[in-house]
Amino acid sequence: MEGDIVQMGAYIGAGLACFGMGMAALGVGNVAGNFLAGALRNPSAAAGQTATLFIGIAFAEALGIFSFLVALLLMFAV
Amino acid sequence: MADTNGGLQVKPMEQFIVEPLFGGDTVGLFTITNVTLWMALTVLAVSAILVLGSRGRALVPSRGQSVAELLYSFIYKMVEDVAGREAVRYFPYIMTLFMFVLFSNLLGLIPWSFATTSHFAVTLVLAMAVFLSVTVLGFVLNGPGFLKMFWVTSAPLAIRPVLAVIEVVSYFVRPLSHSIRLAGAMTAGHAVVKVFAAFAGVLGVFSFLPILAVTAMYGLELLVAVIQAYVFTILTCVYLRDAVHPHH
Repeated sequence: MEGDIVQMGAYIGAGLACFGMGMAALGVGNVAGNFLAGALRNPSAAAGQTATLFIGIAFAEALGIFSFLVALLLMFAV
Repeated sequence: MADTNGGLQVKPMEQFIVEPLFGGDTVGLFTITNVTLWMALTVLAVSAILVLGSRGRALVPSRGQSVAELLYSFIYKMVEDVAGREAVRYFPYIMTLFMFVLFSNLLGLIPWSFATTSHFAVTLVLAMAVFLSVTVLGFVLNGPGFLKMFWVTSAPLAIRPVLAVIEVVSYFVRPLSHSIRLAGAMTAGHAVVKVFAAFAGVLGVFSFLPILAVTAMYGLELLVAVIQAYVFTILTCVYLRDAVHPHH
């Protein structure tokens, strides 16, 4: 038994933090999928909404990146 | 991490180490480091493309002029659409931010270069500058009426205080999420490329697989570099709109 239990906990926590990234993937996919569904119904309105699409994606993605940050902190800082 | 000789050596975070360029091993406030070098190169690249591009001012633009005009009109339209016509006054700041972030991201993708935007310290300074200037601007333009932004009048009176707390918290989290999004996306992409590159060293005949993967990841990273610069800029425009029109 090498290392200590704190290190093990940090690694397990970093792995668990990756769930957050998967959830962010769901969120981003939801935003993009709904945009595409709406855009195919009314293609003429789609071009004006790409900025909204990217803002929505950015907000959904931010929380996934927070979990990536948690993983990084556990791996390298704690 | 395996550190046996000749085995798999994955050191994805080594590329982000800040090192002094001219000897010494302490990094002070005014030490010339690799970050300084690549930031200077970013500024040079931006100046080159914009100054040289707009030098001719031909009616039929040359290639360089087309690129400069394309970037200019793209950001101009974004500011006008997202932040409103009154915000066009602050266009130079937004254009500067966009060009700096875009070129930092793109130059960071050159092999053996240094991605300055992968450091939270760098992006946090950019985001704090946006946050502080937007807050000051909001109070200068609207006076104390800027605080009405946190009082959502379209909601029922009973839940307005709760919403006000949420709005205040989300307002102060803005610089954090604004900066971490950019730095996190850049760090993650570069680390993934590095991890795949490390696989190529140990797979022997099959090392073409990770090389193909790295090539694909690199294409994705080019896309991410541009999109993250776009997102950083468009969020700046969104925050600016709150300062210019706090009650929308």
